[in-house]
Amino acid sequence: MKERAKVLDKESLKRAITRISHEILEKNKGAEKLCLVGIRNRGVYLAQRLVESIKLIENKEVNVGALDITLYRDDLTLVSAQPIVHKTEINFDITATNLVLVDDVLYTGRTIRAALDALIDFGRPKIIQLAVLIDRGHRELPIRPDFVGKNIPTAQQESVEVRLEEVDGKDEVVIMEK
Amino acid sequence: MVWVRKDLLGLEELSREEIELILSTAESFKEVSTRDIKKVPALRGKTVVNLFYEPSTRTRVSFEVAAKRLSADVINIATETSSVKKGETLIDTGKNIQALKADIIVMRHNYSGAAVMLAKHLEISVVNAGDGWHEHPTQALLDIFTLKEKLGKIAGAHVSIVGDIAHSRVARSNVWGLTKLGAKVTVCAPQILIPLAIQDLGVKVTSDIGEALADADAVNVLRMQFERDSSEAFPQQIEYFKNFGLTRERLEKAKKNIIIMHPGPINRGIEMSSEIADGPQSVILEQVTNGIAVRMAALFLVAQAREKLGVGSTKR
Repeated sequence: MKERAKVLDKESLKRAITRISHEILEKNKGAEKLCLVGIRNRGVYLAQRLVESIKLIENKEVNVGALDITLYRDDLTLVSAQPIVHKTEINFDITATNLVLVDDVLYTGRTIRAALDALIDFGRPKIIQLAVLIDRGHRELPIRPDFVGKNIPTAQQESVEVRLEEVDGKDEVVIMEK
Repeated sequence: MVWVRKDLLGLEELSREEIELILSTAESFKEVSTRDIKKVPALRGKTVVNLFYEPSTRTRVSFEVAAKRLSADVINIATETSSVKKGETLIDTGKNIQALKADIIVMRHNYSGAAVMLAKHLEISVVNAGDGWHEHPTQALLDIFTLKEKLGKIAGAHVSIVGDIAHSRVARSNVWGLTKLGAKVTVCAPQILIPLAIQDLGVKVTSDIGEALADADAVNVLRMQFERDSSEAFPQQIEYFKNFGLTRERLEKAKKNIIIMHPGPINRGIEMSSEIADGPQSVILEQVTNGIAVRMAALFLVAQAREKLGVGSTKR
């Protein structure tokens, strides 16, 4: 795989986060019942950044959790040689909240399907919304995002890599091709 | 690190990396038991058969709870009430269970090596829940998991195992696991209960409980199985407590934060005093909780490996 194009750099990624946090606040009419849950791995860091950004805007602390969906996938052995089970950490009650699920890339929708199953085991949110940094198309399930950083039409043999400071040492989004 | 074994038979055959993978997987599974809905769909549609040739409540129940929290279907076979009584061989029983299209057999057997033999003859997974004096891998893994939680790391820790080392599969599995992870291990028992050549496994051997406790970070106290051995050489209960039982007096000379473990069921007043069993250093009940997470990890990993190897699946 080699890099074909850089679609977001550090600055544009930051602006996308800021815009999404405004959109979340607008749609939910403030931060009152809001909570965010990031999907491991990079969704968690994006959720944390959104929460920080929301705090700057509204001066309110919003609960943030981390969800590992390995145990809920229907395609485990297709995804990687050794699926690693990570911890789910949701240390607050999600029942009756406006919950925003956060992931880095939306592709087939299967991750989100699994995440919804997992979330329902933790409680009954009033509403679940979906925020993604990149929507690359090619859905296999009837799932759509509520908040999108950037729409990037891709070919199926391409892949989108979101790199974040916390994991990869730098902030950028690139399209890779074979 | 990729797990490719369809079976979990013992810790002797595992690498340090494989042991660490089970432990880190278990760490993630522990959270599931703290939820309101204690269930994940990872083994939905899979069948786990508990095949127990020896009476066992805690290990069987722990495996059953673990399998159910992974959404597997569980069938319990106690051999006293099964066709084993009619003379069916172990391998025939295994093949019949396989013909039912079960996915995993969890077996307890009184003969050393029984799990290894069964695994060789079957395509479905075998998880050893204790075989004779040989190994009890999930017990050792949950002991090590608990230690790691308490101490932060296993490498460099000093662990003493006290009790009937000669007849203990728990001791043997612990020795393999702990030494592979870099712990210093001492075994302590009356002379008659120390197996020949145990020091070849890289452990220190003593019959002096004071010496075993002296600089230990943890002590794993084994159950004395008085019901099994009535030979005259086997120590009497009172005599055993006097010479090897854990008491406050003995622990006063040990490290202040020494961790007390026991695989259960405890013989109060024989292996340790009640005061110690219920005291602040005892992690005996935490071991029970951690056992579920460790067994969930073991079942999950062998089931995944079978899918990878394409065994027993009509799809893909």
